[in-house]
Amino acid sequence: MRETFTKGMARNIYYGGSVFFLLVLLGLPVDTVQGLPKTDNSENLTEEVAAGKRLWEINDCIGCHTLLGEGAYFAPELGNVYTRFGESTEAIKAFIKSRPVDGIAGRRSMPQFNFSDQELEEIAQFLKYADGIKISKDWPPNIQG
Amino acid sequence: MKYESQSVAMLYFIAAIGLFVGQILFGVILGLQYVMGDFLFPEIPFNVARMVHTNLLIVWLLFGFMGAAYYLVPEESERELFSPMLAKIMFWIFLAAGALTILGYLLVPYATLAEITMNDLLPTMGREFLEQPTITKIGIVIVALAFVFNIGMTILTGRKTVISLVLLTGLVGLAVFFLFSFYVPDNLVLDKYFWWFVVHLWVEGVWELIMASLLAYVLIKVTGVDREVIEKWLYIIIAMALISGILGTGHHFFWIGTPGYWLWIGSIFSALEPIPFFMMTLFAFNVVNKRRRDHPNKAATLWALGTAVMAFLGAGVWGFLHTLAPVNFYTHGTQITAAHGHMAFYGAYVMVVLTIISYSMPIMRGQKAGNATAQIVEMWSFWLMTVSMVFITLFLTGAGILQVYLQRYSDTPMGFMATQEKLELFYWMREGAGVIFLIGLILYVTSFFVKGKEVVLLEDRVEAGA
Repeated sequence: MRETFTKGMARNIYYGGSVFFLLVLLGLPVDTVQGLPKTDNSENLTEEVAAGKRLWEINDCIGCHTLLGEGAYFAPELGNVYTRFGESTEAIKAFIKSRPVDGIAGRRSMPQFNFSDQELEEIAQFLKYADGIKISKDWPPNIQG
Repeated sequence: MKYESQSVAMLYFIAAIGLFVGQILFGVILGLQYVMGDFLFPEIPFNVARMVHTNLLIVWLLFGFMGAAYYLVPEESERELFSPMLAKIMFWIFLAAGALTILGYLLVPYATLAEITMNDLLPTMGREFLEQPTITKIGIVIVALAFVFNIGMTILTGRKTVISLVLLTGLVGLAVFFLFSFYVPDNLVLDKYFWWFVVHLWVEGVWELIMASLLAYVLIKVTGVDREVIEKWLYIIIAMALISGILGTGHHFFWIGTPGYWLWIGSIFSALEPIPFFMMTLFAFNVVNKRRRDHPNKAATLWALGTAVMAFLGAGVWGFLHTLAPVNFYTHGTQITAAHGHMAFYGAYVMVVLTIISYSMPIMRGQKAGNATAQIVEMWSFWLMTVSMVFITLFLTGAGILQVYLQRYSDTPMGFMATQEKLELFYWMREGAGVIFLIGLILYVTSFFVKGKEVVLLEDRVEAGA
């Protein structure tokens, strides 16, 4: 680089640029968080849903599935599974319940988690809640996730 | 080696390489599970193997960063490490915590691990990459604080160079942003939003500071180019990294229920993210071309150049490929993401750690550089791992394009599992490339034990003669 562009100038760009954008980043969440109630389906965030989310977490569901596109890419997207299963929490529960303990020969299979009826209901309600989040451009592109 | 205490880095590097081997073994298992769905089921289900694969990566890179800091900072600060003892104690704590966590993943069901570690008291488990039990997370914070304190005291009481200050900024950022991993709200949108404050601001933010400073350090050492020149490059690279990367976080806020303006902010700023990586490539080649000396460690120079190129391809090019919102609408959460993730992590962070190991390990073992045969073996491992990673990325990209078409783009979209079956050929080829990567890694480990003739350069002979 030529001498007209000095190390001091490079340093100032670094300090100025990063401080400016860090402040912007700290400011934007305030706006985002304030605007969320319009999209985040929090009116349906019940105790049951929260319990379902905890079950989702402590069984590491994200280790195979994606939820709103984030997670692992080994098993189907679940952010719209409620819609895909005909808006039926019963269908979701039946699917989870019916997984064979020893898997399916030669194929991927979801483990059998032996959930109680109440736990199944909580998970299904959590997935229903997740499906109710309003996403830009109505992602995913179609029902297949 | 100028300072005795630099040698504490060796412990960290050995652990890093050991865990790296574990990570790749699980990678090969995962690749096989993609095509043989019942492989190791139900003993090691996919999610468990994946946790082990990704967590080992994070832990060994952290070992690598810490080792690098312990090696580089005393030399830059022109003083011994503030406390070598603290560095050793933290090493064993971190290793024990890491090993116990991985064993926990493998030996008991994840829900049981959550129960044993009393996740209910402060639930933080079960989020991607941050699956560690809460107690492990607390351990990570303690180790990180002790580490930053140790390094910080060394830097602040010694000579302050641009390289060590940038490194310190990166390390402090790493520790600070990790704290977001303790915030797990019930609201899924908020949860996802702040989860990225750890994940994105690490790998597309502060880690780039760490990476650039390590690269700058090794380049000064192997090329002898004037520090002023290197520091100017370093400033402008990290300036661009943060200017593009901080608001680039927005490219993760497209489809998680956050306001629409993120589509614009995320697209525009993340589209700039390849720039710092491209500058790193220019930087590396520029200073190697202008070198004022020939360092006998050819392997380290190769790693340094390789890091710059592969980081640009993996993080820059493959990142840009799917970062614009209209494209990401189709590619989000597909094998395209997996392709990008693999080459970006390898190119930027795996390779920069291997660069500093390659440069410093021989010195800590009492030589200026590895012997000629060892360097040849190491360079073979470089090419095997790097080329096979290129192919892993290409095969996953192929799989991803086909997946996007079949599942999301065509007029008659297919279901997820039906689509996966159509991708089998790509997955088999990816697995093949993964096995070659493992062979390259075995060769890499071997290179530390190969005996041979010492490398003597012309200029050293002249110096010795004069």
